[in-house]
Amino acid sequence: MSSPLTELRTAPHVKRNLGVERIMSHVVLALLPIAAFAVWQYGLSALALIITVIASCLLTERLCNRLGGVASTLSDGSATITGLLLALTLPPAFPLWMGAVAGFMAIALGKALFGGLGFNVLNPALVGRAFVQAAFPAAITSWVPAYAPERFSAFVPTTWTLPFMTPPDISAWAKAAVDGFTGATPLARWKFENVLTSPIDFLSGAVTASAGETSAILILLCGLYLAARRFLDWRIPVAVLASAALTAWIFQLMDPVRYPDPLFALLSGGLVIGAMFMATDMVTSPVTPLGVWLYGVFIGVLTMMIRYFGGLTEGVMYAILFGNALAPLIDRLTPPRVFGHPRLWSRS
Amino acid sequence: MGLFPFCMPYFPFLNKTFPRGIHPADNKSTATIPIRRLPFATQLTLPLNQHIGKQALPMVQPGQEVVRGQPIARADGFMSVPLHAPADGVVEAIEPRPTAQGTWMDSIVLRVFDASTQEYGWGEPQDMDGLTPEGIVRAVWDAGLVGLGGAAFPSHVKITPPKEGRVHTLVVNGCECEPYLTCDHRLMLELTDDLITGIGYALRALGAERAVIGVEDNKQDAVEAIRRKLPENGLIDVQAVRTKYPQGAEKMLIHSLLGLDVPTGKRASELGVVVNNVGTLAMMGRLLPQGHGLTERVVTVTGPGIARPGDYWVPLGTPMRHVLDWAGAPGVSAREIILGGPMMGQAVASLDVPVTKGVSGILVFDDRHIPSGQDRRVRPCIKCGECLRVCPMGLNPSMLGMLAAKAEYDAMGSTFHLGDCFECGSCTYVCPSNIPLVQQFRVAKAILRERAA
Repeated sequence: MSSPLTELRTAPHVKRNLGVERIMSHVVLALLPIAAFAVWQYGLSALALIITVIASCLLTERLCNRLGGVASTLSDGSATITGLLLALTLPPAFPLWMGAVAGFMAIALGKALFGGLGFNVLNPALVGRAFVQAAFPAAITSWVPAYAPERFSAFVPTTWTLPFMTPPDISAWAKAAVDGFTGATPLARWKFENVLTSPIDFLSGAVTASAGETSAILILLCGLYLAARRFLDWRIPVAVLASAALTAWIFQLMDPVRYPDPLFALLSGGLVIGAMFMATDMVTSPVTPLGVWLYGVFIGVLTMMIRYFGGLTEGVMYAILFGNALAPLIDRLTPPRVFGHPRLWSRS
Repeated sequence: MGLFPFCMPYFPFLNKTFPRGIHPADNKSTATIPIRRLPFATQLTLPLNQHIGKQALPMVQPGQEVVRGQPIARADGFMSVPLHAPADGVVEAIEPRPTAQGTWMDSIVLRVFDASTQEYGWGEPQDMDGLTPEGIVRAVWDAGLVGLGGAAFPSHVKITPPKEGRVHTLVVNGCECEPYLTCDHRLMLELTDDLITGIGYALRALGAERAVIGVEDNKQDAVEAIRRKLPENGLIDVQAVRTKYPQGAEKMLIHSLLGLDVPTGKRASELGVVVNNVGTLAMMGRLLPQGHGLTERVVTVTGPGIARPGDYWVPLGTPMRHVLDWAGAPGVSAREIILGGPMMGQAVASLDVPVTKGVSGILVFDDRHIPSGQDRRVRPCIKCGECLRVCPMGLNPSMLGMLAAKAEYDAMGSTFHLGDCFECGSCTYVCPSNIPLVQQFRVAKAILRERAA
């Protein structure tokens, strides 16, 4: 054996057995039920999309390792999470080649260019999503109905669009597959048609949405598991959701006809999955106790501002990206009180 | 809470504590084994500097015969303590010898007579009640006592009243928050009377009004044992504090017991508080009335690599090899040997270094139980913030670590208060990326000290 007789290390000599890999694998584990539910709702197309995006992320990560001349970092599991999260934020029948582009951009532009895991400023999955939102505005807003009868035997026509080709129009296909399908998300229907979706539909997942954002209950349960195991900072989703609900409530008080109730604000769009799994990304969120709350409140309020006053129907993604960009500044401005130092607001 | 002390064992979450901190596995299996006595080794090596401060001055010559308890080195100034012969024997040499710190240090080498016994051949019983506070300080100094918790700070300095201000409270540290160590626990159980006596001496020397003994609530038996022996006058109190590392750190314990925060850059005595370890005070109560000096101490010898783990009375100067032979270390497979606790202790490279006054434990880990786990691959900081949630001082170790990687030591010291770090190692313990945070901080502090000098 080549190991020395005695090891000489400096204290501490004991370490908690909880490495980056284990944290990441628990996050993947918590996301699996959400992915499974997406596949149950949308069938083969969603499954193919999830696999494609993850594969694209992993390949890009490996390629960037190779180009950077460093050992493989696939084992830390962060690229898998990025791929899984990214896939869950895309429309279920998103063309696979576009999904692959999103995955490539998420890792290459969102993470590797900054120096890899731990050095990125923005959430990689959201960078990927923001890229395809800008690049493929039509495809990213073409939705398919959940629970289509033939979802496990056939792909949605757009899924296998050839690279660099425009996906076919599927509105006729969607109307034929599920009767009464409108092709608009609840947020879009509220914004442009002033129609409110009932909370029951949100909870059961019978709404038009991205692959992984349909069932708020499932997302909350999976998030609770992570929070209970302390792999997720519970303060962030609480701050995001509470501030978003409060903002919605204030607006509703001011103009009940124009603005929906706080429950609609919470359940619609990607707010829950964004608050639970995107805003809580460790690398891109603040670390100080006060900073975490500020960050969450900022995201919650900004989301509602974009939804109510922006041109877009959904604002979670940009709100979180803005929050990410502010996180280092927030950390800098909210240093924790050091033991034995005077309090900021001394009562004496 | 004070009304129902008998309820407290059932409500540990109500016990006093400090914010943040960690909960490492305690591994205190030796807590139930009575302290046993280690026989004399054939040769004892006594470094002249086993304490913080100036090296003691030898009073003996090579070839001179000494008896157990006889002073063999005297203090060189106030920040220094004398040394006593731990056994009857003959001085073989006074020469540099290797020590656990890795440096060679002037040491008195004693060849122990085969017939040496536990009898002290030196020291007269003294009437402690008749002593003035200065007399007690003098007696503690003559006994060569230092902080036995590991710091080895001269005890007579600790119990000297500060020049300005007054000490009102003596905090007695019985936390023993380091995993594996049980020597203080056994001392509290077996030398309870000596502990109470020693606390009485320290109170008189300091002129303090009261003493509070803080014991972690995983040692309820010690709390009960002490409570039964508390004097009627109510000057001494014992309180269970929550089991959490680093509860035994001076600032943390003062916060837990008294609700006082020692301001940064100040000493506890400026707040009128002095902290002493239970082991030190128990030895004070045991040695002073007899007029004996410190010649032995209790050492926890444990770890997966030890066949007969337990707490042992070890004569000072005993070679590590002798201790491990006796406790049954399968020497060949020993991979890591640590002096002190696993959180702040020191790994030793050689078994030929002696046990000194500051050694509270000897931990031996074999091949299969490297305490830190096999995977030490360092990954980048993922800013999980776990280190902020455990740092007892409320620092931002994540930021400090990133600055250390860029060698921005000045920013670490000024903006991020590196100077407040007391190197408990909690941040390194929890870091999922295996970043050697506290190790980097030690380097940074050393560099900052160098720049300031």
